[in-house]
Amino acid sequence: MWLYVIKRLLQGIITVWFIATATFFAMHNVPGDPLLNDRAVTEAIRANLEARYGLDQPIGTQYLLYLRNLSRGDFGISFTQENREVNDIIREHFPVSAILGILAVVFAAAGGVLFGALTAIYRNRLPDYIIMFLVILGISVPSFVVAALSQLMLVTLNSAVGTTVLPVAGWGTILHMLVPAMVLGLGTMAYLTRLMRSSMLEVISSDFVRTAKSKGVPPARIFAKHQLRNAILPVITVLGPAIAAITTGGFVVELVFAIPGLGRFFVQAVQQLDYTVIMGTTVFYGAFLVFMVIVVDVLYGFIDPRVRLE
Amino acid sequence: MNEASTTSITTDDSFTSSAGKQLGLYTLYALLGLVAIIYMLSVAAGNTGSNVSGGAVNVERNSITITLREEPPQLDAGRATDASSFVVLAHVMEGLISYDDNDQLIPGVAERWEIREDGATFWLRDDAMWSDGQPVTAHDFEFAWKRVLDPATAAEYSFIMYSIKNAEAINQGDLPKEMLAVTATTDRILDIEFERPTPYFDKLAAFNTYFPLREDFFESTNGRYGSDADMMLYNGPYVVAEWVHGSTMLWTKNPYYWSDEKGFLDEIVTAYITQDVNAKLNLFKDGQIVDTHLVAPMLPTAMEQRWQIDRVMDGSVFFLEFNHREGRISDNLNFRKALQLAQDSSELVYKVLKEASYLPAESLFPVWIQGVEDVFRKEYPAPEHQMNLARAREHLEMARQELDLGEFPPIIFLSGDTPVSLLAAEYYQQLYKQNLGLEIRIDAQIFKQRLAKMTSGDFDIVLAGWSPDYFDALTFGDLFASWNLNNRGRYNSEEMDRHIRIAQSELDPRKRMDAFGEIQRLAYDDVVIIPMYERGWSFVVDPRLKGFKRRSVGPETDYNYAYIDVSGN
Repeated sequence: MWLYVIKRLLQGIITVWFIATATFFAMHNVPGDPLLNDRAVTEAIRANLEARYGLDQPIGTQYLLYLRNLSRGDFGISFTQENREVNDIIREHFPVSAILGILAVVFAAAGGVLFGALTAIYRNRLPDYIIMFLVILGISVPSFVVAALSQLMLVTLNSAVGTTVLPVAGWGTILHMLVPAMVLGLGTMAYLTRLMRSSMLEVISSDFVRTAKSKGVPPARIFAKHQLRNAILPVITVLGPAIAAITTGGFVVELVFAIPGLGRFFVQAVQQLDYTVIMGTTVFYGAFLVFMVIVVDVLYGFIDPRVRLE
Repeated sequence: MNEASTTSITTDDSFTSSAGKQLGLYTLYALLGLVAIIYMLSVAAGNTGSNVSGGAVNVERNSITITLREEPPQLDAGRATDASSFVVLAHVMEGLISYDDNDQLIPGVAERWEIREDGATFWLRDDAMWSDGQPVTAHDFEFAWKRVLDPATAAEYSFIMYSIKNAEAINQGDLPKEMLAVTATTDRILDIEFERPTPYFDKLAAFNTYFPLREDFFESTNGRYGSDADMMLYNGPYVVAEWVHGSTMLWTKNPYYWSDEKGFLDEIVTAYITQDVNAKLNLFKDGQIVDTHLVAPMLPTAMEQRWQIDRVMDGSVFFLEFNHREGRISDNLNFRKALQLAQDSSELVYKVLKEASYLPAESLFPVWIQGVEDVFRKEYPAPEHQMNLARAREHLEMARQELDLGEFPPIIFLSGDTPVSLLAAEYYQQLYKQNLGLEIRIDAQIFKQRLAKMTSGDFDIVLAGWSPDYFDALTFGDLFASWNLNNRGRYNSEEMDRHIRIAQSELDPRKRMDAFGEIQRLAYDDVVIIPMYERGWSFVVDPRLKGFKRRSVGPETDYNYAYIDVSGN
């Protein structure tokens, strides 16, 4: 078991190194010059700026320097946020994305399992049709549309009530999070519902359920012990990557609801060619994703009796 | 299960209902769990942001809530270059000179000044204080300016100080910064020698880069000056009391500020940092922020709500800039003339862009620039332009012969990737295809790449713009000087340079404005650029807030003179 975890962690480190290397060279090959700005600068100033960010070194040296700093956990200073270290940016803004993401995942998982089970139990009946219709909507409508619409609904709600029931945007209290988290988790919820439904249907028609029924096990117990518990496994499999995707993919929601998450910095950095922030956030997100996959794989050993970690 | 359902439907139904009940029970558990998780998360979130917003206008606290376009990269005035930082700095810092609510120069830290042919002297007031209670002295300006010009600081706006003697040489690394001809003769007197006569130095001195900085405090921040609320000293009407990065800022009244004609509010809360104009509109509708700007599709909503919509020019001018480098098709005057004669900027603005606050541009100089006594564009009207396709085609034919071309190759049209740029680029593509039979190839690029291509000259025409730094015609007038690094099309003409030299140094205001008139004419006759539009804002303000101002030069939003008035007038 521990051997397995260590092996996976080592593999993970290699994956992250690969991500870092690929990003580094891809980024340096993106056309455009990160040091150019609205107002042109003289040669002397440019040389100083290049020296500040180490861009005066050959690319190979830059890469080695970068790896050395990376191994110490130092991502450098941002190009656009000139007095802030990338580590500070991640430290201050990732928790926001994470909190929003966790809530969104909780919404998505709870809703996905609930609605998936519901549609399977009531398959080909009204609840099934309604929920599956909503699922198609949830998967196909892009999040910026949902985000903008739900914000408009909040404005309407507040003006109808006459006071601010739920804030329209911003960050700080639980009331600020509810709607953005739901919007953020909606796509995943829809996906999980479908997954749960098909996995549930498979379990319902399986031999062990039939055996349990013929043995006269109470229906509630069959549902809970035999059906739900087995059907939920595929959902847990995708939950790990989903957590990473949601926590890191909230850019649109963060923008619309003016939430100070990391997603905004990540996207802006790419637009502004902010090398250090691009590298920092990509490697951080990459490592986070790899880590979540490992966690899920290890958890599997506890949940699924058929899996033994070696 | 399929077989089961065919044999006994009744048991299946009862199974469904009991499974449904079980599911209901789980839902209840899940909800309870959810509440617990939400509670824990809200505790955790308390550490990541503080939303102190109390609505758009809070009469009891004498405070207002506003938005910022983006997180200020840092608030070091000497190095700041972006609109958000300029907005914050305009409220928490003050230079020697400042602007009143009517865009007229008024005393700032300096109570009076004198600008001579060879230099200037500023007499500082004795009641101007830093936010720690110490007086603002002439030494603080001397230190700040020398630091800006020190090449190690790498300040992008250092060029704005080049009229001070030795400034450029210091900035290029040819002279030590101690050689800068700025001397704090006493704590109260600042003496400056010019490199060349600079009659508009008072306007320059109002700019952010000229703001003071106290040496002992700067040294104590260890290179992190301006990165946090406690990493700065303030001398403006407000101070930054709190700065949660990327999230909120709180500005409070500066008790040490000397004047009672600015800073009437106790608190200004920047509770939201967003560029999303729809989100801002929703916040405004919900009564959370005091002002927002509007884009064309929002105007019907705004009118439905019976809001008072104001308009103001944002100061910038957008134009098609030609690549004047040798060997380029766009270096040919007849070619440029043809393109000039085949277009009309009012069609672009009124029929294509359809932004009510935009004006068709007719000149390099925008409509609000001041002349000698009146507005510059009244004293020196823009060259009259008439679209004339017959003449355009004649010029194109002449160009074809001069360039010895069988047919024109595709014209590279460099553009940004914003919706407005793309709309304009496509308009010109179609226009020139239709009117002149030219093939335009649009090269849409992200901001940094567009700049890179402009700098290296990889274009024939670029969709460019310029926004003013200071309240003088020269902020536009010297753009096409052969030595100006921002002249990215490399326009090079002795006549233009001669007029610009006069505009820079002439002390007689009339002769100086004449030079600007010549620059305006030459920019048209030589088709240096084709003006497109002057950008403006439509905006709405909470009726309880008075004295709010959007400016063409300086901070885009200015709350320095704003106050709350609930009397309903």
